[in-house]
Amino acid sequence: MSESTIQLKVNGKSHEVQAPSMSRLLDVLRDELGYFGAKEGCGEGECGACSVMVNGRLVNSCLMPVLQAEGAEITTVEGLAKNGELHPVQKAFLECGGAQCGICTPGMVLASVSLLEKCPKPTDAQIREGLAGNICRCTGYMKIFDSVRRASEIGGGA
Amino acid sequence: MRGNIPQYEMIAPKTLPEVLSKLSAEPGVWRPFAGGTDLMVLLESGHLPHRKYVSLWGIPGLEKIEVTKDALILGALATYSDMAESPVIQAEFSNLAAAARETGAWAIQNRGTIGGNIANASPAADSPPSLLVYDATIELISSRGTRTIPYSEFHLGYKKTALAPDEIIHRVILPRTTGAMTHYYRKVGTRKAQAISKVCFSGVLQKSGEIIQDVRIGLGSVAATPIRAKKTESFLRGKMLNPATLAQAKLELATEITPIDDIRSTAEYRLQVAQNLLGEFLGT
Repeated sequence: MSESTIQLKVNGKSHEVQAPSMSRLLDVLRDELGYFGAKEGCGEGECGACSVMVNGRLVNSCLMPVLQAEGAEITTVEGLAKNGELHPVQKAFLECGGAQCGICTPGMVLASVSLLEKCPKPTDAQIREGLAGNICRCTGYMKIFDSVRRASEIGGGA
Repeated sequence: MRGNIPQYEMIAPKTLPEVLSKLSAEPGVWRPFAGGTDLMVLLESGHLPHRKYVSLWGIPGLEKIEVTKDALILGALATYSDMAESPVIQAEFSNLAAAARETGAWAIQNRGTIGGNIANASPAADSPPSLLVYDATIELISSRGTRTIPYSEFHLGYKKTALAPDEIIHRVILPRTTGAMTHYYRKVGTRKAQAISKVCFSGVLQKSGEIIQDVRIGLGSVAATPIRAKKTESFLRGKMLNPATLAQAKLELATEITPIDDIRSTAEYRLQVAQNLLGEFLGT
């Protein structure tokens, strides 16, 4: 049994939490800190609903022990909007209807941000690769593809 | 059924010597934990029996990929993303780059490590067949010192490895000798993204005209460990590449792999696919 005191930096804000050291980052974000953007889908790294960025890299927060995130810069979907303005990727998802039930959406948005950072003008094959770890059961993906293409046009990778 | 997370304990030393002294102080009590992409799945499903882990993530230097005149040296914490993006790996060890790109999706590739993939010792892992083909050696380190063994001697049986309880994988060393050969990698799974392989095939080939000068074949998911198809290789070496050679090579391959029926596939399918991949490889 072990509760550890862990310092986390989420969306630029510092937090101190008491949690078992092997707690999943996902659970600490949601249950201790109230960041409900990351969702639990499969709990085993297949579906991408729990995606967050850690030091600028997309990870599955259900597969990351919280202790390994200590001291890192964590970005959740809540941290994408700046000064009340949505990130271009979020705008594109709104505009193109890239969301239905919304469970996969935070992960899709973060995976798209990650893709466009690496690859600002992605081909369809690159979109497919960038989103391969994010599963949607509503949209059939076409509107999500439209959203990523649109985000690319409006500078989502800038 | 989810594992009871408060029963588990993780510590995160800041340096390699601290990690090694923790492991050696009570051998077997603490186990190394890298990117967690395998272990956390077991934790979540209630199938992670061991309780105490030493985190290696973030230990300085362990993530490095170094290139010397003669060798590519992968730090144990080099991730699949790091490997897929490495220009030297893309140019000279393209099977490893391909394996890295086909392991999970990006979020997994950003966390899964070469050392973890090896130490987890799954016969279905994606990178080991290529490490075998590239004649990797593996450097193990403990507070007793380091030792280097051929990677081909690391896997002793199903999920059994040469790693002592106080040791971790430190580096993986690949000689830069295969750059001019033809490289072939193919993973066959249920779907292209995220799937665990039914058969994984990695090969390098050097021909002179139609004569096979050198050939090396590594396979995953067809035996209790990742394997080199040594009998098939020695049969092929020096032979003229033609339909009769290929037919005989497929029979040789069948004598040295031992695929099984499991949740992902059947022994019969795996044998057929392994033979077909051999044909596709030799046709390259």
